[in-house]
Amino acid sequence: MSGWRLPSGGGIDRDKPLGFTFDGQTLTGFEGDTLASALLASGPRILGRSFKYHRPRGLWGMGGEEPNAILDVTGPDGFTPNARATQMRLRDGMALTSVNAAPDAARDRFGIMDLAHRFLPAGFYYKTFMALGWMRWEPMIRRMAGLGRVDPGHHPAADAVPMNARCDLLVIGAGPAGLAAAKAAAAQGRAVWLIDEAGEVGGSLRWRGGQIDGGDWREFASETVKAVEAAGGRVMTDTTLWGAFDHGLYAAWQRREGQPDRHWRIRAATVVLAAGAIERPLWFANNDLPGVMSAEAALHYLRLYGAVAGRRILLATGNDASYPVAAALAETGARVTLADARADGPNAPEAVELLRGARLTKAKGAREVGGAMVEGGHVGADTVLVSGGYTPSVHLWCQAGGKLDWNAGADALVPRPGTCSMAVAGAANGGFGLQHALEEGHRAGTGTGRAPRAATTGDWGLIPMRPDPTLKGRQWLDPQNDVTLKDVKLAAQEGYRSVEHLKRYTTLGMATDQGRSANFAGLAAMSAITGLSIPETGTTTYRPPFTPLPLKTIAGLRRGELFNPVKRLALEPQHRAQGARFREYGGWLRPSVYGDGEESTLAQAEAKTARETVGLYDASPLGKIEVIGPGAAELLDFCGYIRMSTLKPGRARYGFMLSETGIVHDDGVVFRLAEDRFIVSASSSHVASVRMILEEARQDRFDPRRSYIHDVTANWVTITLTGPRAGDLAHAAGLPDRMLALPHMGVAEGLWNGHPLRVARVSFTGDLSYEISVPARHGADLHARLEAARAAHKGRWIGLEAVMILRAEKGFILVGKDTDGLTMPHDLGWGGPRDKRKDEYFGRRSLFTPEACREDRRQLVGLVSEGSDPLPVGAHLVASDGPRRSLGFVTSSHVSPTLNRPIALALLEAGGSRMGEALTAFHLGETRSVQVTPACAFDPEGGRLNG
Amino acid sequence: MQIFTCPFCGPREETEFHFAAEAGKHRPEPAEEVSDADWADYLYLNDAPKGAAREVWVHATCGEFFVMTRDTVTREITDVTALPGRDG
Ligand SMILES: [Zn+2]
Repeated sequence: MSGWRLPSGGGIDRDKPLGFTFDGQTLTGFEGDTLASALLASGPRILGRSFKYHRPRGLWGMGGEEPNAILDVTGPDGFTPNARATQMRLRDGMALTSVNAAPDAARDRFGIMDLAHRFLPAGFYYKTFMALGWMRWEPMIRRMAGLGRVDPGHHPAADAVPMNARCDLLVIGAGPAGLAAAKAAAAQGRAVWLIDEAGEVGGSLRWRGGQIDGGDWREFASETVKAVEAAGGRVMTDTTLWGAFDHGLYAAWQRREGQPDRHWRIRAATVVLAAGAIERPLWFANNDLPGVMSAEAALHYLRLYGAVAGRRILLATGNDASYPVAAALAETGARVTLADARADGPNAPEAVELLRGARLTKAKGAREVGGAMVEGGHVGADTVLVSGGYTPSVHLWCQAGGKLDWNAGADALVPRPGTCSMAVAGAANGGFGLQHALEEGHRAGTGTGRAPRAATTGDWGLIPMRPDPTLKGRQWLDPQNDVTLKDVKLAAQEGYRSVEHLKRYTTLGMATDQGRSANFAGLAAMSAITGLSIPETGTTTYRPPFTPLPLKTIAGLRRGELFNPVKRLALEPQHRAQGARFREYGGWLRPSVYGDGEESTLAQAEAKTARETVGLYDASPLGKIEVIGPGAAELLDFCGYIRMSTLKPGRARYGFMLSETGIVHDDGVVFRLAEDRFIVSASSSHVASVRMILEEARQDRFDPRRSYIHDVTANWVTITLTGPRAGDLAHAAGLPDRMLALPHMGVAEGLWNGHPLRVARVSFTGDLSYEISVPARHGADLHARLEAARAAHKGRWIGLEAVMILRAEKGFILVGKDTDGLTMPHDLGWGGPRDKRKDEYFGRRSLFTPEACREDRRQLVGLVSEGSDPLPVGAHLVASDGPRRSLGFVTSSHVSPTLNRPIALALLEAGGSRMGEALTAFHLGETRSVQVTPACAFDPEGGRLNG
Repeated sequence: MQIFTCPFCGPREETEFHFAAEAGKHRPEPAEEVSDADWADYLYLNDAPKGAAREVWVHATCGEFFVMTRDTVTREITDVTALPGRDG
């Protein structure tokens, strides 16, 4: 432990100590601390272990770039796996646990992996374990790898509210450039949204400080916030702009103290990216030792939290920006040596030992920093701070499609003007230094006149700092994923020179910091090895999220019942009152059975009643697509497999709708109510797609003025009565006699009790059936009338499970269950229109391809099986002797209470010519004998249709 | 998330729309005179251009089919027009 806390200073409240634990060790921080600042000031140095070699890892940075200080956190808000210590506020009583370490970070038993490093080069796992059979090794490797643990008992509330917003100007980043842009735009009355990931505006000004326009930067910042709000804009801190998407959509994750997160979807007319830059590491032997930190981060912790990184500090740099850092640390009383790789530079800050032209080549220490080698000489140090330059945060620019250019002055890839509609300002643009940031921000905010002026000007005098392949010892490029310079050399030798290949071969930059600290090093190393320039070496693709965010934030409220909301019946309360159990069928919540007891027993009893007396079921989800107009008949003829123009008004006809590939898309009854008015009764789960097939033909093939399509499925309640006493019950409920007298496949409408009524004699069960439809608001009335008459006729409400049995007994199919993506109408015994129709219809040509004409197509059949148990659905049908090749499979299977035996439907190769043939049903190693029959097992003559 | 403009409803988010077909694709018929190869070409082969594209899309919420001219690389949408119908 080498970090310590100043007795005063920083934004923490020393009167409010907060107790917390790290790997069981009791520690104290203060109100205002982040986990990282509290650990730096009082905790151990080793906070975790690396991914592959389990090397000790300590704090590196100060924000989303942190690769090492990743912790599992149990706090007042519950459990958060893989939290970045740099970005989470400390709360009293938090328990922090290191990840990827067993039993803890200090004593990790897999640390032995590091001794094996020479045997674990890049690509080792692929090469070795793929050859030996990955399946055998994967579980062991997975146990040793991975970061935080998943808590299966953790169910975060679905409370992250999705918010949609628009603004004139979105400014990403509230550092000096962002503030200047926002101020300039607000001055012109534009609605500006200024967003920053930190808890307050200011960006690097918060720790670097600065004078702007003659006053402290805080005055400038508060004036800007006031101006933005006065112009109708908004300033949001603790908000991460994590993704740029098509057509100017930006996603932002807002964290709110004591309240649920918000997830913003922002459409901005214009955008200024002022996301700043991230300090690069330096590369020297053992540069991964705990105690090696970003110099910028050390200043951050000093100024904001009064936390000092060490007492004996070596700061290695190649730029002027590190000088104020060294000065500030020396003021705390720490002993500071500044090793500048350049021969020239600013004067030595007071009390700082300055070494010019001095390069850091090695950090010393077994588990944490205990010294360093600079230009061949030993330097005593408990902490090594480094600055290898700065990498502009161009992630969002690239996510939005922008390209990059090499800027030698900034020694960085920067946005190429004109390749993206955003404006970029400040360090994100390679414009380092306060004055550059203010000027670029002012311009990007379309400011006129003089830009805000900083008290200090000047560049940072950056020189390129690069990994040196001639140095001895391991130089780490990606500390989380354990990628060293040697791994990059190996990748180059083996031909993985494209930066995208390099990334995948070595896992460089694939850690949770998304390569913020590692990618440049990898790029620079590959460039040095291949002799190609950095722009020629290229960059990897930037993808959202910029910073990982909880999935619950993206999911928002769309979880549980709201994830994929079911459609609900108007009569659901009535069904519940009668003891219905509900289940989803094709997107609708419908009664499965009524009453208490075992479901299949109840379904059997309900089906039996429906065959003996009368069953009632709610058929409201059946599609009701009205097709109206003089062109309705020709439209339906084209879209359907069976012609409807020959149907007489007042009659119904069963039909199919195919896809253009000839596959059965849906089946159902079409009613013709008048010459120019039809209702397509699509099956309940296909209503939307059937409507689209009709609409496309109406608008793209026919004169759209001659027909109109109107889906009124949800506007009607339909109750079906089925069984020998259906007519008696309908009569007792007071239905008009003329409707009771309808013939099979007849339909009539009229007024009943002052509201519309439609009755159809169609049957999905093979028994006498009446489909009774009323406007939904009169559904309760219809229900009450039927209910009043029900008992006298020994009627029973039946759920969908019973209906499934009844229709399967008759061999009536469900499209998608008894058909698959290859089934054509002639496979179902409906070859007539294919043979006879001469007019054009949807899917027609596909019914005559060589595939469609094969004799051995799978066709719908019934099966009789031995024993009393139903066959398993999905069981394969194979020949009883000879090779066990699947000839087809069981699609529906029930026990028929009426026939008192199992029944089944199946799709079977050349099924139509196999009637009576004995086959074997094979399922999970078990076999049963079956016999092929026609699909219809009950009342094949259809005598029961008329009661 | 792209914004498409339905000729009937106006600008809406892309999740409300479905791709229907490449514009100008002619349905070969009558079936008797169409070869297997031509039919397969109609069903399965699209140009899927990189860059400028003319496509038929449907606004699923209102049911309007329309022709959209867009760039599949830049995602820029330059035109939306209602279908001409049989007279067009
Ligand atoms: Zn629309």
